[in-house]
Amino acid sequence: MSQATEVVKAGLAKRYARERRFRMYGLVSIIASILFLTFLLVTIFAQGLPAFSQTYIQLKVDLSPEVLQVTQDDSPETIRADGKFTKVVQNALDERFPGVTDRRERMALMRELVSTNAPYRLMNSVLDNPDLIGTTRDVWFLSSDDVDTFMKGNIDPSLPEADRRIKDHHIAWIEDLETAGQIEKRFNTVIFTEGDSREPEQAGILGALVGSMYTMLVALLLSFPIGVAAAIYLEEFAPKNNPFVDFIEVNINNLAAVPSIVFGLLGLAVFIQFFGVPRSTPLVGGLVLTLMSLPTIIIASRAALKAVPPSIREAAFGMGASRVQTVFHHTLPLAMPGILTGTIISMAQALGETAPLLMISMIAFIIDIPDGVTSPATVLPVQIYLWSDSPERAFTEKTSAAIIILLFFLVVMNLLAVLFRKKFERRW
Amino acid sequence: MSNATATTLDPNDLVNHDAETAAPKKGSVAEQQVDITEVIKELENLTQPVGQPFVEDQKFKTRHVDVFYDKTQAIFDANLDIGRNEVISMIGPSGCGKSTYLRCLNRMNDTIPICRVTGDLLLDDENIYDKNQDPVLLRARVGMVFQKPNPFPKSIYDNVAYGPRLHGLASNRSELDEIVEESLTKAGLFKEVKDRLQTPGTGLSGGQQQRLCIARAIAVSPEVILMDEPTSALDPIATATIEELIDELRESFTICIVTHSMQQAARISQRTAYFHMGYLVEVNETSTVFTNPEHQLTENYITGRFG
Repeated sequence: MSQATEVVKAGLAKRYARERRFRMYGLVSIIASILFLTFLLVTIFAQGLPAFSQTYIQLKVDLSPEVLQVTQDDSPETIRADGKFTKVVQNALDERFPGVTDRRERMALMRELVSTNAPYRLMNSVLDNPDLIGTTRDVWFLSSDDVDTFMKGNIDPSLPEADRRIKDHHIAWIEDLETAGQIEKRFNTVIFTEGDSREPEQAGILGALVGSMYTMLVALLLSFPIGVAAAIYLEEFAPKNNPFVDFIEVNINNLAAVPSIVFGLLGLAVFIQFFGVPRSTPLVGGLVLTLMSLPTIIIASRAALKAVPPSIREAAFGMGASRVQTVFHHTLPLAMPGILTGTIISMAQALGETAPLLMISMIAFIIDIPDGVTSPATVLPVQIYLWSDSPERAFTEKTSAAIIILLFFLVVMNLLAVLFRKKFERRW
Repeated sequence: MSNATATTLDPNDLVNHDAETAAPKKGSVAEQQVDITEVIKELENLTQPVGQPFVEDQKFKTRHVDVFYDKTQAIFDANLDIGRNEVISMIGPSGCGKSTYLRCLNRMNDTIPICRVTGDLLLDDENIYDKNQDPVLLRARVGMVFQKPNPFPKSIYDNVAYGPRLHGLASNRSELDEIVEESLTKAGLFKEVKDRLQTPGTGLSGGQQQRLCIARAIAVSPEVILMDEPTSALDPIATATIEELIDELRESFTICIVTHSMQQAARISQRTAYFHMGYLVEVNETSTVFTNPEHQLTENYITGRFG
């Protein structure tokens, strides 16, 4: 063996050891991140899944005109104004629990066993079908959040009575209902069909979901064309080595790193104060998120445009295509998968953004489902923040449920990004 | 000229005959080293290329063409005529400016921001660098085939149909079909691809791709076709096919071809222009250039002493 070979041989073991060590570091970091992710998902799903079921109580309601004081011939307005639906529910409860005679306990039946919206639900079903008046029927009512929490095993009955929201007499009622089969957990549709509420059992995500959708729509419609146009201009048309263009480039790159709450402040000062855009609406939220996602879209689009081989541009120029034709016939379609991926990822980021929206008061408590980009709304991450801040125990699981729904939409958006990439990908 | 460019000329013998002192000789080859400053001096004294740079029936007429990349001058005072329906080949060592010159002829250099072209370049007595000259129209008249086959990532049909569609040359589908078929046939590709016109052009072999690019270029019926080393990325068989094709295309088009292969230049062109370090050194009948070159630099290049 030559001297050089011996030197190489002596160093080999060390080299391989270094390689193994490096591989190990990588493996360890991947395992660690998978563990953290699993922990996060397991916690959220364990806490959130119960929120997708809800406790209902069955009562026999007597909808006779004598009690209701309206007849089925009355107009809906009269039924809404004069119908004594609270009385009907109270009567049903009295009938179900004849042993409860104390006035305060009777009020407790009404307030603490069934949800406060029970009379409204009843009224709505009567309005839908006035023929119900005069009949006696079994109706399932939403239980109150405390009963629901107890039914899900989140209140420990062995605690001293003073320390729990569900008292001994509540437990007696619930057990009584259970033996009669008049209390059960069902799939929770309320969470998908209602807006926010102070009562956890009546609170739903739909308002925030629709708000998020409108906000995303505004943000997408504004940031995609503006971002792509800016990227095309900077990449294909702007003079190279021009100090002004360089200055713009540096600033776009810097904007991508600006904390998002600053964009919220900007939105507050410019859009709301100066331009008078109504606050707390998807319109102003979308505008702010547009500002936030523009740098990302521009940077991603420019990278995608830059990755298109120059030979394609040359071929197009050589055929006599103008610059704009070259861009729209060749460069842009080839860069599309990259541009769409960048856009969807920045939209996903915007979907999860909370801080700037707090500044433009999208944190307001809004019950109604927004019906346009100018009606007050809140968005999913803000809804999560609001619920996580609420004192009722039942909101804990709602918070996690909202996180699951948000995660679901993020996953769907990322899947879309992958699909678009696959669909538009072309080889050259 | 910088010293960096000068190094490409190092291992040759030329002009300077007492250069023994300048650098050591190479092996047993009893050739003398060249003095680069002498070469430049000689080139600067060339007011026009030796040989016959001018012809009667010109398609292109170029006078005093200077090209600058920023502050570096790439072409010095090139004077050359390109005759109608002739194949003219441009040869010379790398970096000699032949591709740059070629790209001036359809203003492809416009796409390079730092590039500046001065002088008179006339296509059928029209100045192509005139303010009123539309580069789009010019490029429709002067087509180009590039070194690396660069079909669009579209179907074979769409590749060929791109130009006619762009310029609105076909008024209906059957006319377009006709143009596509004719162009592919002229490019000698139709038989091979007629059953898969809708498959991607990028799926063809290298030689086929290059012929597709030629078909694409001739689909707009240009007057001139510029070819920038069209066969340098191809194997000998594909090269032979393209050379045959060029010979056939000569009937209807004027062709300027840049090539590194002197055999190719000898085989396909009627006239040959020799570029050296940005100077157009010699232009002559191809047979003259390769058998009896007038200029010492040309002789050194074609005999393989450098380049």
